Amino acid sequence: MVDLLDKHKPIAERFLRMVEQGSNALGVTNDQMISPTRAMVGNREIILAGTNNYMGITFDERCIAAGKKALDEFGTGTTGSRIANGSFILHKELEAELAKFLGLKHCIVFTTGYQANLGMLSGLAGPKDTIFLDADSHSSIYDGCTLSGAKLVRFRHNDAADLDKRMARDDNTEGGKLVVLEGIYSMIGDRAPLADFVALKKKHNFQLLVDDAHSFGVLGPHGRGLGDEANLEDGVDFVIGTFSKSVGAIGGFGASNHPLFETLRYAMRPYMFTASASPASVATSLEALKILAAEPERREKLWANSTRLFEGFRALGLEMGSEVVSPVIAVKMPDEATTIAKWNALFAAGVYVNMAIPPGTPNRLCLLRCSVSAAHSFEEIDKIIAVFRDVVV
Amino acid sequence: MTDIIDAICALLAPFNTEHVELKAETDIPAELNIDSVGVLDFIMEVEDHFDIEIPMNVVSDTRTIGELATYVQSQLKKA
Repeated sequence: MVDLLDKHKPIAERFLRMVEQGSNALGVTNDQMISPTRAMVGNREIILAGTNNYMGITFDERCIAAGKKALDEFGTGTTGSRIANGSFILHKELEAELAKFLGLKHCIVFTTGYQANLGMLSGLAGPKDTIFLDADSHSSIYDGCTLSGAKLVRFRHNDAADLDKRMARDDNTEGGKLVVLEGIYSMIGDRAPLADFVALKKKHNFQLLVDDAHSFGVLGPHGRGLGDEANLEDGVDFVIGTFSKSVGAIGGFGASNHPLFETLRYAMRPYMFTASASPASVATSLEALKILAAEPERREKLWANSTRLFEGFRALGLEMGSEVVSPVIAVKMPDEATTIAKWNALFAAGVYVNMAIPPGTPNRLCLLRCSVSAAHSFEEIDKIIAVFRDVVV
Repeated sequence: MTDIIDAICALLAPFNTEHVELKAETDIPAELNIDSVGVLDFIMEVEDHFDIEIPMNVVSDTRTIGELATYVQSQLKKA
């Protein structure tokens, strides 16, 4: 008998080499949450700088009250599949509120952000179509593209000229063409030069999708994402986002002005054949959305914190993955062993960041990845910088 | 065909960090211990060198240098 798990032995060995150097960077357990930016791990208080909790909204009293009310009124479970068992009114309210927030006509909510990418990409593209995806795309984009059965063409990261070249090579005249970008790229925090890509639409006749997972709530004067920041929302045909970052809950969405967009509900397997989002999660997302719209100062604080951390790291002489300030700030490390050692030193000194190593990173980079929150105080940001100075530099 | 294999081997050199001997039968991801992203990055280099398209869907079915060379040749003929 061939043991099915034998093929994963190299992963097991790599994991063991990592934990031999200290803690399990891939499986830290927060025993107690003290605030959006602090947790107890065992008997130690840790500053959290890797949660993607950009707006720091996870402990907002209004969101918690909305979640409790939803639990009282709708219970703990879900409807199951929305096309088999229907929706809660909360699902509909969240979709309407999101559409309003985005200034778009249609919105579909998913149970997780991962499922939003799987559903949207596999619903939009089919075997006759071609998807052109940025080389640094998140794994959920790769997986959604694979699920679609479309022809998949990868272009060099943030390089519209490279996309132009690859589209010129494409001989698929039968199907549609979808180009997939991200607002803020999750590993190094840079963002797509949207104007360059939108400019290609006339030449190559494609539809454009932007995954704003890390940029929804973060970019643009209204916090609507990359299109909002670039003032090019009309050039974006489909938007994807998640609730597990700026919205401080769990779930995902797809949105568009396309007149047939609602039809996707009956064409997206990751939407059709899974349970709908839980009432408490939907209610907290709905409340958070209202707060994001009403309190733009949260976004201002996020950017002030991000700039402070970025400049602090730069003053230490650290090399960052991107030279553009964003709430994702990744410090480059020379190799995997150093990354693991430095991660452990940071954790021991009371700062949690993300350890990012290949193949989960672009260009085989090894990174200590920070994500900044509006809820971080300047004192916490300065502490993070000081700990990096003491143990990383 | 030999020319194509030679060119592929040259393009593969920067990814061949363990200095494995490269021949037509070499299984690129397995024998060269290149991760999934590395394979896709290498394929981009091949695409640009020959000015052809190698969709990601083809990559999973093309494991050896010889198989890749055969695909490249078919695309060059099409062009």
